[in-house]
Amino acid sequence: MSLAEKILQGDIRSAARLMRDIDDGLRSSVEELKKLYPHTGRAYIIGLTGPPGAGKSTLVDQLTAAYRKAGKRVGVVAIDPTSPFTGGAILGDRIRMNRHADDDGVFIRSLATRGHLGGLSRSTGNVVNVMDAMGMDIVIIETVGVGQDEIDIVRMAHTTAVVMVPGLGDDIQAIKAGILEIGDVFVVNKADRDGAERTVRELATMLDMKPSKPGEWQAKVLKTEAQCNRGIEELVAEIQAHRDFLFSTGAINHLLEERNASMFMDLLKDRLFSDFFAHIKVNGRFRQIIDGMMTREKDPYTAVEEILTEETGKVKWTGSA
Amino acid sequence: MTERKLRVLVGKPGLDGHDRGAKIISRAFRDAGFEIIYTGLHQTPEQIVAAAIQEDVDCVGLSILSGAHNTLLPQVCQILKEKKADDIVVFGGGVIPDDDIPGLKSAGIKEVFTPGTSTDDIVAWVRNNVHPRA
Repeated sequence: MSLAEKILQGDIRSAARLMRDIDDGLRSSVEELKKLYPHTGRAYIIGLTGPPGAGKSTLVDQLTAAYRKAGKRVGVVAIDPTSPFTGGAILGDRIRMNRHADDDGVFIRSLATRGHLGGLSRSTGNVVNVMDAMGMDIVIIETVGVGQDEIDIVRMAHTTAVVMVPGLGDDIQAIKAGILEIGDVFVVNKADRDGAERTVRELATMLDMKPSKPGEWQAKVLKTEAQCNRGIEELVAEIQAHRDFLFSTGAINHLLEERNASMFMDLLKDRLFSDFFAHIKVNGRFRQIIDGMMTREKDPYTAVEEILTEETGKVKWTGSA
Repeated sequence: MTERKLRVLVGKPGLDGHDRGAKIISRAFRDAGFEIIYTGLHQTPEQIVAAAIQEDVDCVGLSILSGAHNTLLPQVCQILKEKKADDIVVFGGGVIPDDDIPGLKSAGIKEVFTPGTSTDDIVAWVRNNVHPRA
């Protein structure tokens, strides 16, 4: 029986193994993902992003508890950074949520970024698809702790929550571009701390400055104290309100179309590049170009144009497996 | 094809709150290029096994300083076996009397590291005895 078949029958270990194969870039995982794809598209995907130490993992833990209470099955994908020097990683998001580990209705997976920028790992979308096919009603993605420009999450999640904490900067930080533009809901966590009201006000002002079109979703700013489970009900309600908005206005179709397009384009880019690069590496053109650039006899702009016209027809495109 | 990366779960079973050792070993593993899932303090054997399976780790390192090693460490091996996941290597470390080590090994703990062991030795042991799943 294939991994995919076992996963569809509810086998946890097979799901965990396929996620590993995906993360390690095994070609065989593509075959399994093909079989799972028809069974995906049912889970509601929530993204949590924000700076390191904002309390994302603790919020995920509390959200998981809340959704479990409502009888939902919950998948969690938690991402932490890979060391750029050693390739190793300490994945510590589970510390805040491992009380759910032996609950059959929860599946938590930690992923390392493995050099990928943007707040997620390259494998995140596919790991989410596996959880979706496992029958998770809700999948929560927790990004690596991010600063300003890591916005991959918005193409992955249905509802994106941006988690902030008091005291990180003034309102100019808030009107710069980046993660503060992508929130469907804003959460000021650790709201018992000094400056929480001010952070809420600054975020609200920033949102007010955004020219709003009629019929558009209006993001709100909520306060939570995740550690003592305060404000979680309101957050769950706001996520639900956004979900209802997406479905009642048809905005969900636009979102899914973008999500599908970006998933397909990423795949295409990866495969085109890896096959093409493997080809010019094996036939020596890559080395020639690099040597040519060293002596300035070859410029990289012309080199790219030349290999595209001369080599494209000769590349051995890897079909399936 | 990319190389398999070794995944290790570092767990603290039971009630002791001393995780300096677990953190030091996690850091040493990170510097060796492994991916470490650290599950934090006060874990039950059931939670540790469930996490090990969901994370698809190659091995589980258990740090224990409470004196309950003869109870908790064999339980982890037992539950792994029940879940048909006893291909995952289990090793332990902490304040563990020499006399207890043979019993732990016969219960399925592959190696026990006592105070004074260098992190280099532990990393080397993992490299030699744990191999990422094919």
